[in-house]
Amino acid sequence: MRWLLAFLLIANVSVAEEVVLGLSQDEVAITTQFDGSEILIFGAVKREEAIPEGPPLQVIVTVAGPSEPVTVRRKEKRFGIWVNTDAVEVDRAPSFYAVATSGLLREVLSNVEDLRNKISVPRAIRSVGAPMSINDAGSFTEALIRIRRANQLYQLLENQVVVDDQTLFRTSIRLPAALTEGAYRTRIFLTRKGKVISQYETSIDVRKVGLERWLFTLSREMPLIYGLMSLAIAIAAGWGASAAFRLIRN
Amino acid sequence: MQIYLPIAEVSVNAFLLLGLGGLVGILSGMFGVGGGFLMTPLLFFIGIPPAVAVATEANQIVASSFSGVLAHLRRKTVDLRMGTVLLIGGLVGAALGVVIFNYLKSLGQVDLLVRLCYVVFLGVIGSLMFVESLNAIRKTAKGAPPVKRKHTLIHKLPFKMRFRVSGLYISVIPPLLVGLCVGILAAIMGVGGGFIMVPAMIYLLGMPTKVVVGTSLFQIIFVTGFTTLLHATTNFTVDVVLAVLLLVGGVIGAQIGTQIGVRMKAEQLRILLALMVLAVCGKLALDLLLMPSELYSVRAAEGH
Repeated sequence: MRWLLAFLLIANVSVAEEVVLGLSQDEVAITTQFDGSEILIFGAVKREEAIPEGPPLQVIVTVAGPSEPVTVRRKEKRFGIWVNTDAVEVDRAPSFYAVATSGLLREVLSNVEDLRNKISVPRAIRSVGAPMSINDAGSFTEALIRIRRANQLYQLLENQVVVDDQTLFRTSIRLPAALTEGAYRTRIFLTRKGKVISQYETSIDVRKVGLERWLFTLSREMPLIYGLMSLAIAIAAGWGASAAFRLIRN
Repeated sequence: MQIYLPIAEVSVNAFLLLGLGGLVGILSGMFGVGGGFLMTPLLFFIGIPPAVAVATEANQIVASSFSGVLAHLRRKTVDLRMGTVLLIGGLVGAALGVVIFNYLKSLGQVDLLVRLCYVVFLGVIGSLMFVESLNAIRKTAKGAPPVKRKHTLIHKLPFKMRFRVSGLYISVIPPLLVGLCVGILAAIMGVGGGFIMVPAMIYLLGMPTKVVVGTSLFQIIFVTGFTTLLHATTNFTVDVVLAVLLLVGGVIGAQIGTQIGVRMKAEQLRILLALMVLAVCGKLALDLLLMPSELYSVRAAEGH
């Protein structure tokens, strides 16, 4: 009984400040005209007592696409031309990852908390086994981050979360056009002095809809039918063009 | 207007694709080639993943060749018998090509292979065509008679067969081999192989020029159709939205190109085509030779 009480007390302390969240949309539909999307993430901090003394409350928002293993390859000059030589497989890398913070990331989040919650971009990637022949496996993960950052797939948005009166917060995250499907895990952390005091998690559903959905499913589930359909369209278009231009000429 | 391609999973400008299709269509109409050898590198340049570009281009060639072969059938300039022999070699070649393609994809060398194939073939064919058409221009200026066809080793091989439309009585081995090579290239490079097939038919098999284009187109339909199916079922890389955008531009461009082509001299056309082929080849070769700005590349891991 005493155990339970102690547990409840801790639990009570840890939720002294709690997130109430709103999303501008909890679904992103990839249609044929899809050209990226902007999600507004906003919310409030619910608390039972007065705002604690000391440094102000900080907010971190992360949005992560589905993780998948990727292969990073490096080019080297062989026989006068540039070819892929070394490769490192990264076990899990989110296809999209954005971190938005209300201050500088290293100021609002301690290293220990970052390790525990895997918040910053390098921590969100998991790479364990590089082949023995490669000594600089780190440069491969760095390259992965650099390439995905250049494509806006990985974003570090420092000072992009607006916090009003330590209670209301909001930020917007731009999803690029080249998105993969899946549940985008969205986390909100409240921190004080670099320590996470509360967190909240939800997910945004990104999926192809309509024609995109239909074609993609068909190509994976019935590839033969899909292939035959592509051929039929091609042959019909070829015949149509030939017939149409014969009409015009006559 | 941006269009999201469901299989390539990239968003591209629809008008850019229509324009590219139209441009390559004009060129293919002018020169009587499928245009795949130009379109596939162009798709690489605008950021379509190479595997998708190669598979989708095969599908687009089916459309343009079908449109072309209908016109040739009406003019009775298709040697169906020769086409079928070439086709048998071609189908075997296409199957081999997809196996090679998938093996190299697992090694991470598919981009290199595709690019190397392009540099080598575009370079060789571009130079040969350039020299040949320069000579032709010089000869027509002098008024020299055309060279007579010679009997070569090809006429001594066994399994002879009569090809009535082409007026030939030759062994089936050379056409089978030509078909096989073009089939492999079609699968790896995403091209119909017309730019290799046409010279091979004229110079190696000795077919009359008037039946060459139609016959080549006839067998290309089946080889690229087969390639499309293989890519669709083994790699899932045929993007039908991309194919439709390209072929709409392509079939319109081809008709405009044919009109331009009619007004120009054959040698001038061939020289222009040769220069264009060499330009594409040069660009691809520079990409291989110069140090790339990003040494690393990221791909989804295989076998998961």
